[in-house]
Amino acid sequence: MTTSIGRKPSSTIPVVTVILAIIMIWYAGAINLNSPQIIDRYEKKGIDWSFTQLATDSWNMKRAVLPSPHQILAELKTTIIDKNVTSKRSLVFHAGITLSSTLLGFVLGAGLGISLAVGIVYVETLDKSLMPWIITSQTIPILALAPMVIVVFGAMGISGLLPKALISMYLCFFPVAVGMVKGLRSPQPMLVDLLNTYSASKWQVFWRLRLPSAVPFLFASLKVAIALSLVGAIVAELPTGGQAGLGARLLSGSYYGQTNLIWASLIVAAVMSASLVSILGIIERKVCYRLAGGQEISNEL
Amino acid sequence: MNLASTNTATNNVVEVKEVCLDFHTKDGVVKALSNVDLSINAGEFVSFIGPSGCGKTTLMRVLADLEKPTSGSVLVNGMSPAEARKQRAYGYVFQAPALLPWRTVQDNVLLPLEIMGYNKDQRQKLAQEYLQLVSLSGFEAKYPWQLSGGMQQRVSIARALSVEPQLLFMDEPFGALDEITRDHLNDQLLRLWQQTKKTVVFVTHSIPEAVFLSSRIVVMSPRPGRIIDIIDCNLPADRTLDIRESPEFLAIAQRVRAGLAAGHNYDD
Repeated sequence: MTTSIGRKPSSTIPVVTVILAIIMIWYAGAINLNSPQIIDRYEKKGIDWSFTQLATDSWNMKRAVLPSPHQILAELKTTIIDKNVTSKRSLVFHAGITLSSTLLGFVLGAGLGISLAVGIVYVETLDKSLMPWIITSQTIPILALAPMVIVVFGAMGISGLLPKALISMYLCFFPVAVGMVKGLRSPQPMLVDLLNTYSASKWQVFWRLRLPSAVPFLFASLKVAIALSLVGAIVAELPTGGQAGLGARLLSGSYYGQTNLIWASLIVAAVMSASLVSILGIIERKVCYRLAGGQEISNEL
Repeated sequence: MNLASTNTATNNVVEVKEVCLDFHTKDGVVKALSNVDLSINAGEFVSFIGPSGCGKTTLMRVLADLEKPTSGSVLVNGMSPAEARKQRAYGYVFQAPALLPWRTVQDNVLLPLEIMGYNKDQRQKLAQEYLQLVSLSGFEAKYPWQLSGGMQQRVSIARALSVEPQLLFMDEPFGALDEITRDHLNDQLLRLWQQTKKTVVFVTHSIPEAVFLSSRIVVMSPRPGRIIDIIDCNLPADRTLDIRESPEFLAIAQRVRAGLAAGHNYDD
């Protein structure tokens, strides 16, 4: 079957417009935030200054309050392209470390979330007892919890990937569990009755009806979860005292007032998060297309 | 269950005695079924007819063990409905096609065969055979959304027949279809029943459909859901849709209509 999937109007022009607007506002903001220090300097040295000079100086200031886009791009170039990947100053190196704990945490969290959902849907006692605890778990601020987990595991001699992945898991099992419970309960009562008339076993109903029906709900949750998993990984890297990972780069950037480094790390984190969500989105479309029997679907995020 | 009761029940495929069923809703108790007595013999085509809320679908769901009666006794093939369901004694066709969208037509028909553990060759053979019976050969690889409503319902009929049950429950299977498709499927269903000698229990709210298809018509009435008349309906076996113009057809239809009117409370 060769059906063209719903042709959308091109989004290039709106996207470019918005990006240009953001860049303009950014440069204006850089003047606004950086100029007090620059003007101070002019006055100390008694220099006559024009607005153009002020603008140029604020856009190229070292350790600026708000570095301008071209400075951040230059920082990205040095830390991504110019530095060797194995170098401790390479953002690729640090992004790789964050990515590995994001992915491990995501896999563990998705696994935990799905298992909890199956338990809740199939075991009545779990249905009544588990949900309040799951919700309570999410009311604890991750910023408070993360250092404790890292310290406790560190005391046990476990550091690096696993404790960080556990914090990611803690953040991302929740949307998966909630979405999956809803998904597993989504089949029409008529379809459940149909399988009952065949006297199908619980697991036959699970594999043939509940799981396929839950897949669209699962993907919506997974997209939220993977973004949260990255947040968890970065937060978990902060209390380690800036050893490795994007979180560590953010921390050392703020220790030493290297705002360029902070912004470059943030942008790498954002690009990574957006890419992970997009990859899941592509898989989602393929899988849901098959689940709809090749019918066009229009539930895009 | 003792042997004696099993023996006495052999002729009666369905035996319903003093069945009551109450639904507890927020607005109080709804008497969906009240003192229903009914027996259905092997090879009969019995229709339940009545207005919405008369309990016709509920009665069928009780027979299929999809609903538990509050009181009374029900035997299906001499067993409790739960046992009959576990032995996969019946096929059930729902109001909607209830097809799985991710399965092709063929795979939808294979679903009960897979669940009931038929081997691969048998599965393929039965699916082919019953898709042919409902004139859907050539559509095996299509997905449900690519078929019309009538074709989808035929797939669901093929699916119910594929496990070759001797008892078939059909809950308003043609209710959502247009008149012409419905006539056509009525004709096909009549031939199928005559060929296979299955026992069919059929729920409908169409008088012509009930009279055309049935050997017996059970007229039901709401609040509380109960049987108010059982009409024998022995039209010639070789009847076609044209019989709907004949005096004997119209006489039976008239009696069904009178029964429905008598049980209907116009204050509602």
